Amino acid sequence: MLKSRVIPCLDVKDGRVVKGVSFVDLIDAGDPVEAAKAYDAAGADELTFLDITASSDNRSIIFDVVSETAEHCFMPLTVGGGVREVADIRKLLRAGADKVSINTAAVKRPEFVAEAADKFGDQCIVVAIDAKRVSEDGEAARWEIFTHGGRTPTGIDAVEFAQKVVSLGAGEILLTSMDQDGRKTGYDIALTRTIADAVRVPVIASGGVGTLDHLVEGIRDGHATAVLAASIFHFGTYTIGEAKQHMHDAGIPVRLD
Amino acid sequence: MLVAIIDYGSGNLHSAGKAFERAAREAGLDARIEVTASADLVAKADRIVLPGVGAYADCRAGLDAVPGMVEAITMQVIEKAHPFLGICVGTQLMAERGLEKRISNGLGWIAGDVVEIEPSDPELKIPQIGWNTLDVTRDHPILAGIPTGTDGWHAYFVHSFHIAAGKPEEVVATTDYGGPVTAIVGRDNMVGTQFHPEKSQKLGLALIGNFLKWKP
Repeated sequence: MLKSRVIPCLDVKDGRVVKGVSFVDLIDAGDPVEAAKAYDAAGADELTFLDITASSDNRSIIFDVVSETAEHCFMPLTVGGGVREVADIRKLLRAGADKVSINTAAVKRPEFVAEAADKFGDQCIVVAIDAKRVSEDGEAARWEIFTHGGRTPTGIDAVEFAQKVVSLGAGEILLTSMDQDGRKTGYDIALTRTIADAVRVPVIASGGVGTLDHLVEGIRDGHATAVLAASIFHFGTYTIGEAKQHMHDAGIPVRLD
Repeated sequence: MLVAIIDYGSGNLHSAGKAFERAAREAGLDARIEVTASADLVAKADRIVLPGVGAYADCRAGLDAVPGMVEAITMQVIEKAHPFLGICVGTQLMAERGLEKRISNGLGWIAGDVVEIEPSDPELKIPQIGWNTLDVTRDHPILAGIPTGTDGWHAYFVHSFHIAAGKPEEVVATTDYGGPVTAIVGRDNMVGTQFHPEKSQKLGLALIGNFLKWKP
């Protein structure tokens, strides 16, 4: 039976982890490769690097980070941030990424998803959707796509967009609630479930995890097949092992070997 | 021992190379691992690995685009019977045809076509992405020492297609995803995994070590 995945996400800027990583025994917590090794040893099911480097001068650093990670970690690696062309994807895959996550470029030019999927296969192409609730209380729930870290509205309906990118070849959706992100009060379950039930590809829930119950809710109630979290792991609030044990105890199949 | 991992423009070869180096080291083997696009080097190799990430048709075209490569592989694997390991689309290329996006010919070593998986449970997502266990249908040296079955170790899958095997005896292991999905195929000196051993942590390193020691 396929197991639900627990995915730590590292935000990397100019080659350094920007949100804290507090592993005991980690020599340099700001080094993404050291953090990746620690998560590999801890039994993370996948690892996601999100490159938030703003300057184009430093954009190529992420390739070195990915390459060095792949030398040491024999686990699946997804890389996103600034992916705009087929050449970007090829370089990331050659460096050692297994999946590449596309965000803004998919909003601006959805055909890019089809070009990428045709070249590298659907299974390789993750579309990252940042969504925010735009309906008022009492109305039927509706979410829109936002770009630029949740600041820029696009007017695009999140459910319709998810279905569109899947029809174009996205093999997975990384769904972040911009309302919940950073709040530690749990995923937007209604959003997660609405999109997970609307597409046939796996959905990774993201944004808002503060407790291990939130991970359980993402799978059980949100119908996600994977749960992504950053700060609860980076700041040492919980280990990957504790997260998986908690999910296992709640009846969710996870990989414990 | 020279191990050639064939580079035909398809995906993540860096980590495959590193995983083979590590597995060789852990198995105490003196192996030279070469990620290569050179048909000449493949013609000298003791063991051949065909990885593959991407769409089937694109991978097949990429393999054909390397001068002399299909001929070199065929000579090494079919005529000289050197051990061969396929990975993911590299495994699917062992079959007769791939039906992803458009119909393209495989190498025709394993009977059957590469078709989209159809889980009996409509709630199961496609692609299958994640960790799943292996159900062994035929003992094989490549699985030596690896716990299999429901409580066994996990392998990392990321795929929408698999080989619908034409000969049941060429299936070594399946994985359960709303019914059996082909996980390992093999015959004679060739074997192939649908999952990614280079991404499957301890199961993967053990399997790669077994392949490097395999004397078919």
